[in-house]
Amino acid sequence: MSDPSCLFNLLKTLYTLRNIVQPFWFNYYFYVILQTTNYTEFFDLNQITNRISQTGQSTINAVTAIGYASILIWDSLLLLFMGKRVNQPVRFGLIVDEIINAGVKAVPVVALMSATIGVMLSIQGIHTLSIFGAETQVTFGLAISIPREFAPLITGILVAGRSGSQLTSRVGSMQLNGEIDALTVMGIAPARYVVAPSLIGLLVSLPVLVVIGNLAAFSAAGLYIHATLGIGPDAYWADVLDVVTIDDFLHGIMKSFIFAILLAMIAISLGMRVYGGAEVLGKSTTQSVVTCIAAIIAADTVFALLL
Amino acid sequence: MSPQPPIIVENLQGGYNGIPVIHGCDMEIAQGEIVVIMGGSGSGKSTFLKHLIGLKEPMQGDVKLFGQSLYQASVYKRMDLLKGIGVAFQSGALMSSMTIAENVALPLREHTDLDEELIQVITRMKLDFVNLLGKDDLLPSELSGGMLKRAAVARAIALDPKLTFMDEPSAGLDPVIAAALDDLIIQLKESLGMSVVVVTHELESAFKIADRIVVLDRGYIIFSGTPDEIKKSDNTRIQNLINRVPEEDEFDAELYAQRLMGQ
Ligand SMILES: Nc1ncnc2c1ncn2[C@@H]1O[C@H](COP(=O)(O)OP(=O)(O)OP(=O)(O)O)[C@@H](O)[C@H]1O
Ligand SMILES: [Mg+2]
Repeated sequence: MSDPSCLFNLLKTLYTLRNIVQPFWFNYYFYVILQTTNYTEFFDLNQITNRISQTGQSTINAVTAIGYASILIWDSLLLLFMGKRVNQPVRFGLIVDEIINAGVKAVPVVALMSATIGVMLSIQGIHTLSIFGAETQVTFGLAISIPREFAPLITGILVAGRSGSQLTSRVGSMQLNGEIDALTVMGIAPARYVVAPSLIGLLVSLPVLVVIGNLAAFSAAGLYIHATLGIGPDAYWADVLDVVTIDDFLHGIMKSFIFAILLAMIAISLGMRVYGGAEVLGKSTTQSVVTCIAAIIAADTVFALLL
Repeated sequence: MSPQPPIIVENLQGGYNGIPVIHGCDMEIAQGEIVVIMGGSGSGKSTFLKHLIGLKEPMQGDVKLFGQSLYQASVYKRMDLLKGIGVAFQSGALMSSMTIAENVALPLREHTDLDEELIQVITRMKLDFVNLLGKDDLLPSELSGGMLKRAAVARAIALDPKLTFMDEPSAGLDPVIAAALDDLIIQLKESLGMSVVVVTHELESAFKIADRIVVLDRGYIIFSGTPDEIKKSDNTRIQNLINRVPEEDEFDAELYAQRLMGQ
């Protein structure tokens, strides 16, 4: 029903029906609808060009946003390697802070959630496989899906929720408070003082968190399988190591690097583009989390299709 | 006096979204000179300042810091040039996650190889200079408005720049502290030979500290001269400004009605 001419045709049909049926409420409602609906606008050329130019404008905005974010990330990577040459060295201490913030502090929640997912997958797997009487094969299902999909995805989403919002609100409030301008005027490039440490922090943290997620998921699944099927840890881990290939494992790690870059790009550039006031900051923070998670899921799908 | 003026503004035109707010401004400041920029609200003072401190690409013209073009330089070269100036922002713009001492030490840590002990000594010196010694470990959110402004000044002068900009340093301060800040600015000039550019609305303070007053009106520099010269000026807009006479545009009833209708 999103097509306006279709809606208009429907209205027209109902309007002619009015002459046949004519209960008073019908009459009344359609009078109101036709009074309030400026139906000529469906065919108004201005309206159409407006709509096209609106689409064009939002496309331009999107391209600008992506361009801006890419430049930001590119600059901070350049400064990481060549910062000394232009007197803008990236400080190690700040990177460590970010690793603690985005990585170390996320360990408990990533471990817990991955463990839960591990158990959930085993429950599902055992339930499904029991139809064929093949419960003991559950390990293979886990070994294929956890390192490739679940560990990186759950970690990415959790970190997006934690660090994505944190980064946007931090950078955004720095922007509102004039701190970003102040840094620039002090001759400290925001790209190296704010962006680079966060980016590196995420690039280091995410892969490590994925490894932790893998371990937690497999361990929890192992415990559950031991409890329900009585498969011992030795046999379980032997099975897991047998099926998980280095490729599967690296596939997950590779993805986490991409997720880290996407996260930093989106969260920091949204923060940098905050203007006005606290309300915009709040909206940007929400937008940041949603966009980060959407981007991660989209990237994950692209990865799954291509590789 | 050093032969090289710390800042030269040449035919500067600037504004927002392609609409000029500053028109063809020329200005030159000598070493050890205090210049006060005055003008009515909306006359473009803050915009002018943004162009001077490298935050806004001008639409035309150029700004030269210590003889080097600010806007023709590459981004990182520009940042190197900016290390030579200090800016005290109107709202302070201190890093909110750092204590006052860390804020003042930030330029020292980032731009010098001094060891930690020396940095702390210099930091305390600067804080003492603005009467904030003992507040070192407070966060910006724990300071009063006047303290914030003074902390911003301390950070601006951390590296002993030759040129410092201050945006409305005494706005919203009580008269005693405002006077102390004026003395501080004069002290910066007299003891360190610093040039200071101050944007202010406070007439009294302007007359007290200024070597030269620059008046900005609707984006044009309409006057530049000593406090004595400005008192003698016969330009009515300048006289209105320094005698606090409200703008008197001719009253046009029809135009007024139209404006109220939002047309
Ligand atoms: N971010 C902006 N975007 C668009 N126009 C702006 C922006 N900031 C200021 N302006 C416009 O530029 C003009 C000059 O503003 P500016 O802030 O420089 O004035 P000002 O002299 O500092 O005034 P005040 O004394 O009130 O601080 C005003 O007309 C204002 O509307
Ligand atoms: Mg202003």
